[in-house]
Amino acid sequence: MKKSLPNPVLTTLISLAVLLLVWQCIVWIGDYPPYLFPGPLAVWNAFVFMVQDGRLLRHAAITISEAIPGLMIGCALAIPLGYLLAKSRLAERVLSPYLVASQAIPVIAIAPLLTLWIDSTYWSRVLVAVLVVFFPILVNMIAGMRGVSAELYDLMHSLKATTLQTFRRLEFPAALPVLLAGLRVGATLAVIGTLVGEFVQPRSQGLGFLLVTARYQFKTAEVFVVLITLGVIALTLYGAVLLLERRLLRWQRVV
Amino acid sequence: MENISIQSPIRNPMSPPILTATNICHAFEDGVPVIDDVSLTIERGAFVALVGSSGVGKSTLLRVLAGLIAPQRGTVQFANHGPIGIVFQRDNLMPWRTAYRNVALPLELAGLPAAAVEPRVLHMLKLVGLEGAEESYPAQLSGGMAQRVALARALIHEPSLLLLDEPFGALDALTRERMGQELLRIWREMPVTVFMVTHSIPEAVLLADEVLVLGKRPGTIVARVPIDAPRPRTLEDQFAPAAQRCHAVIRAAIGQ
Repeated sequence: MKKSLPNPVLTTLISLAVLLLVWQCIVWIGDYPPYLFPGPLAVWNAFVFMVQDGRLLRHAAITISEAIPGLMIGCALAIPLGYLLAKSRLAERVLSPYLVASQAIPVIAIAPLLTLWIDSTYWSRVLVAVLVVFFPILVNMIAGMRGVSAELYDLMHSLKATTLQTFRRLEFPAALPVLLAGLRVGATLAVIGTLVGEFVQPRSQGLGFLLVTARYQFKTAEVFVVLITLGVIALTLYGAVLLLERRLLRWQRVV
Repeated sequence: MENISIQSPIRNPMSPPILTATNICHAFEDGVPVIDDVSLTIERGAFVALVGSSGVGKSTLLRVLAGLIAPQRGTVQFANHGPIGIVFQRDNLMPWRTAYRNVALPLELAGLPAAAVEPRVLHMLKLVGLEGAEESYPAQLSGGMAQRVALARALIHEPSLLLLDEPFGALDALTRERMGQELLRIWREMPVTVFMVTHSIPEAVLLADEVLVLGKRPGTIVARVPIDAPRPRTLEDQFAPAAQRCHAVIRAAIGQ
């Protein structure tokens, strides 16, 4: 007989409780000073303090307001370009060496240049996020387009569909599963990109700024709070894309 | 050069042919010839079957007639310039669309308002025996049901010519027979000319007015066999002596 698994919420809560307990025990047994390795209790206290003085939410809001436009602009650039590269052999041949080469340069190395060139703190960070998000979405858009069945193209052709009709009714929906998988990766990368932008230009706003200042002041518990907040933001964006997927790809789950 | 004329004794022998192909030659990209000097005409309202072994260029010929590939030589003249309907070997449905929306696609592309689309789609689904399956996705349909959706989609915009590329090839034998009978029933109810590629000789003889035989590659038409059996035909008709004689003639022509 197969035993049914317990409630997933319950198992998650239990594993989280065990993790926190082990963490606290390590801190107690090792007797580490809080500036070196704070326990969950110290982190919790720092969290409550940072929420109460409004810092955490203010800076988190700034980071989110950079990451989401970064993700959206990245999509807005990568999807049309992916379409073009998938449709045109010439465009692919001309552009793909540069695109691949650009990926060999780490964003962390380009980011300082961007902050040098772009006056606006906000837009320089958004741009770093765009750069990070762009490539996986581009690659997935191309892969999705390549996967469109030749026979469905024949069908659209026999029905004398226009280019726009073919895109809307065939290419886009056919590429959507792969594209959304790219968007899921892109959602978490957008947060990382924003953070990189904030690191290289910590002009007193954003979670990156909060992280850097907390570290300089040896407020390690606050560093932990920021890290966890970043994780929660990335997971929330990831979850939002997952929800979008469940809505748009309902047809994949009917059987 | 041979000119093959198909005349249906039942349907309008007086009107001009719906499709005329003249001296069609086509080779693959690597230069290997597939079709060599095929000429044929299809009369309005006829049911024509094309048989031949695997790989002799049956599908290529159908794609040339459909206008999906331009032949390297020869011309295809389609009398109506209206829409055509195609049913492919596999159902070729859009998995993200329900049965209803798959069937509605040709009308959507033609720009019909949703209000005009709905009664036609429902009627067509009823005609192919799929009432109640409107909201099913292709993954939820059996092979036969999916092919019925494909047939409904090929007919929804009332094409004057229906091209079928081994439409029942992926189905089991029993489903295949039933689908053949359904196709005959629909053909009787709609004013449509049918050109069907198949590798089944009994199927071709049972369904068609005329069977064309495409010989070994490079394919050219080596025989035309009129099927005079009266309609409506039933599954038992394939065992009639006349049908058996046709089978033998066609089999001999394929083997040449």
